[in-house]
Amino acid sequence: MATTAQRHEQAHPTPAKYAAIAVILALITLVEVGVVYAGVGGLLLPILIVLSATKFGLVAMFYMHLKFDHRLFSALFVGGILLTTAILIALMSLFRVFFS
Amino acid sequence: MATASAPAAHPETTTGLDHRKLLMWAFLGSDCLFFGSLVATYLLYHGKSLTGPYPYEVFNIPYTSVSAFVLLMSSLTMVLALAAIQRGDMRGLKIWLLATALLGSVFLGGQYFEFTTFVEHGLTIKSNLFGSTFFTLTGFHGLHVTVGVIILLSFWVQALRSKIKPEQHLNIELAGLYWHFVDVVWIVIFTVVYLVEAPNIIT
Repeated sequence: MATTAQRHEQAHPTPAKYAAIAVILALITLVEVGVVYAGVGGLLLPILIVLSATKFGLVAMFYMHLKFDHRLFSALFVGGILLTTAILIALMSLFRVFFS
Repeated sequence: MATASAPAAHPETTTGLDHRKLLMWAFLGSDCLFFGSLVATYLLYHGKSLTGPYPYEVFNIPYTSVSAFVLLMSSLTMVLALAAIQRGDMRGLKIWLLATALLGSVFLGGQYFEFTTFVEHGLTIKSNLFGSTFFTLTGFHGLHVTVGVIILLSFWVQALRSKIKPEQHLNIELAGLYWHFVDVVWIVIFTVVYLVEAPNIIT
């Protein structure tokens, strides 16, 4: 299994690819701010969620190497995120945020 | 450029994975819950302040956007530091570690300026529900960034003294994981706290 883990780490992206991802992240941030000032009304929240989730995913997959590393690391992190989301939804429901 | 060089072998473990890395991921997974609770608290009390200042009176979206951009770019310099040590480029490691620590410090300076501006507007942690939840959430994030900057600077000093070797790249990778986590948390905070509030500021 150690060999598998090492093989995964060998597949890390090159510095050029890291830079390309940074450009994409910067562009998404620009779009986020642009969307806010464009005044898209009720579409603002879903658009912002999609854009920030994309940024989150890019950093986690490529900079944190989850795309290339062992799945157990992804399970630990994604497990935490799923639990967090569940707690968030539970609290919002308990406090009737969704129904107000 | 070719992909990173092969990492040094670590002692045999039951999972075949380095336990330090496994521990770091377990910690990051649990830290998601910590920040999730703070974000949930912010959202639950959002719009429930009985007195001002309110978010739309104090937020400066262009300023915070620049701040978010700075932290985002620090993730690039951090991963370049890791790539440098993995290929044995210790000069590159020193440069990119220092760049990351500096960008983190710029972010913290920006947060300090933002906080003092808010206080001048009458918003403190005791002013109202917005102040309490906002300062707790962003303050704990700032604390995480501060710890990250200290870790990065300590590695930078070690690198300057040639106390860190290319085969110890896992130490830099673990510091990097923590740093990137701090970045992704800010991606969420920037959206949930600032950008969602923006239409109220503009109109």
